[in-house]
Amino acid sequence: MFADAWTYLLSHPTQFYRALGVHVALSASALLIAALICIPAGIAVARKDKLSLAVVNAANVGRTLPSLAVLALVMPILGTGFAPALFALTLIALPPIVTHTIVGMRGVDADAVDAAIGMGMTRAALLWRVELPMAMPVIFAGLRTAAVQIISGAVLAAFIGGGGLGDFITAGIAMMAVPQLLVGAIPVALLALGTDFLFGALQRRMTPQGLRAS
Amino acid sequence: MNWLLRNWPDVLVSLWEHIAISLTALAIAFAISLVIGIVAARREKLYGTVMTISGLLYTIPTLAFLAFLIPLVGLGRANAIITMVAFSLMILIRSVATGIREVPADIIDAARGMGMNPAQIMRRIELPLALPLIVAGLRVSAVTVISVTVVAAYVNAGGLGTLIFNGIASDHPAKIWTGALSVCLLSVSVDMGLALLERRLKNRRAA
Amino acid sequence: MITLDRLTKSFGGSAQSAVDGLSLTVNTGEICVLIGPSGCGKTTTMRMINRMVEPDSGRIEVGGRDVTKIDAVELRRSIGYVIQQVGLFPHMTLAENVATVPRMLGWDSARIARRVDELLALVHMDPSIYRNRFPRELSGGQKQRVGVARALAADPPVMLMDEPFGAIDPITRARLQDEFLRILRELGKTIVFVTHDIDEAIRMGSRIAILRSGKLVQYDTPERILSRPADAFVEAFVGGDRSLKRLALLTAGPYVESGTAAAGAPRLPVTTPLRDALSAMLDAGADEAAIVGPEGQPLGRVTLQGIQQAAAAARA
Repeated sequence: MFADAWTYLLSHPTQFYRALGVHVALSASALLIAALICIPAGIAVARKDKLSLAVVNAANVGRTLPSLAVLALVMPILGTGFAPALFALTLIALPPIVTHTIVGMRGVDADAVDAAIGMGMTRAALLWRVELPMAMPVIFAGLRTAAVQIISGAVLAAFIGGGGLGDFITAGIAMMAVPQLLVGAIPVALLALGTDFLFGALQRRMTPQGLRAS
Repeated sequence: MNWLLRNWPDVLVSLWEHIAISLTALAIAFAISLVIGIVAARREKLYGTVMTISGLLYTIPTLAFLAFLIPLVGLGRANAIITMVAFSLMILIRSVATGIREVPADIIDAARGMGMNPAQIMRRIELPLALPLIVAGLRVSAVTVISVTVVAAYVNAGGLGTLIFNGIASDHPAKIWTGALSVCLLSVSVDMGLALLERRLKNRRAA
Repeated sequence: MITLDRLTKSFGGSAQSAVDGLSLTVNTGEICVLIGPSGCGKTTTMRMINRMVEPDSGRIEVGGRDVTKIDAVELRRSIGYVIQQVGLFPHMTLAENVATVPRMLGWDSARIARRVDELLALVHMDPSIYRNRFPRELSGGQKQRVGVARALAADPPVMLMDEPFGAIDPITRARLQDEFLRILRELGKTIVFVTHDIDEAIRMGSRIAILRSGKLVQYDTPERILSRPADAFVEAFVGGDRSLKRLALLTAGPYVESGTAAAGAPRLPVTTPLRDALSAMLDAGADEAAIVGPEGQPLGRVTLQGIQQAAAAARA
């Protein structure tokens, strides 16, 4: 069975690499865009109690929406293809990143912040030298969660013509061709696991030494 | 809108299928997780191993997992349920184990001092006190399971996903809207309902 | 050095003011202790000096300058700030923590490094060992030492300290109090020190300001607060053992009388506080104690009567 899959892969290299490329492009772009929106927004909102609560609640609702439903809802409005899929995936990534950013920023030790302001740090210095470094582990955990969710969602993008490794899986299921199916499923599983592992390693690296659990 | 009004029995059937599959999967996952969670709660190494394995299962993309199972169990509900159980294990086991661990040591000490044996302590002290966290885990799992069930429609498992897939295939926006929005509504209401339960349980147990 | 003129502050719609028309002056080199029961406004007052809290009305002058006319950030960089929980930055090394204000002031790195080592040594933490350690590796007492070092880094003339030793165990606290008293006096800093512990206030303060419900009740040296409490509240606040507390402030030296003490009387160094001498006499069942100098040479004796007279004299 695996041998068949491998043969299939070898005989369809361009399709595979294109699908892989699209999948990675979709995922990476969605993550980047979502991060660029949510991290600054989260930082801006974190200090305001009521607003933080509202945003986190909204994000929690957003988090419960099934990914495929989000992709499907985008389709009648934006059509099929790469761009609509990217839009939907970015939406899916927004809740985890924004909640982690807010929670991370609000979780920064209040005494450290008081001492910093009392010593005469400007708001900007406070943010860059104290709050962000201390919030980074939590924010990064959010990015990690979002990354895995996006890769998983990108598989479903195949359903709205977004391309990616999901194409192999859907085609394989439709035609009951197991080798084709595996050519999609195995690489994407490896991609997801690999990304999770990579982000995990990065997270450890990015945790300032002083904050690591001894 | 009109389509919905004309076809609401079908929608209801799909909804019912969806709930049935989700509930079955959740029940099985919960039963397994409860056992594993209780056993692993205070055994560090076992807990670590269990978390790693279930974490792996959780990270694999849904559709890929369903696809993997096709050569083994074919299409249909069984496939979907196995996938959902695998997905939910990590969260549920973690909730059960963490919930048990967080029961304050002095309460357990008092219980033991009163002459309760381990089984009684688990049943009458640890599990009840761990309930809020367990329900929190159930909440996340329930939402996850509902989400997976949508995709599982593609492997003939039934449920609201069928509406979505049919709608996409036949370019029928009304079906897509109905399917997508109903499952979103289902997801959000289940989440909120369990959130309420979680909060009520937490208040009762506040020290 | 610091002048507070009719400071007033109330919080969020509360009718009761947290600080109500408070006026006092702190001279250069003095340690002014703000003390009072919970909610008396001592911390709020301190925090108005560096504008962590903005006063509703009144003036504050530091070094002759009205603080409301100075940029708050610049003001804070010229005032040392030490809080109870210290607030060390956990993601920075101890050296980086101490270097915070000098860095903001733009000192060059060589100068900063020298200053960091100097300060760590000053607070008795060997720089070669502790420079690159992290806050989580330290005990409570050590953290506060670094906190004080950090506050002294840019050599500010004024320091604000909010119950700095409150979170530390009593044994370490006594040691830290003595050490910092010595350091701060040596450096000639002007300090505003908040505490709720009357013994700490008596030990540390040049002058003590007793606050109640936002108002200043008495502002005097520890000696005078103990011998002449302004009213029943202060009397109760300083505690029923007022006289004994005062005797703790007096050493045997000036009260030594001629004559040799009887056998069985305790032998005490000339630096012994009168309170301890009294205690030793009670222990031994004697009514006098032999006083000896630093080399053990006999200097005379202190009698029970002498101690009573000392207590009475201060009261006069």
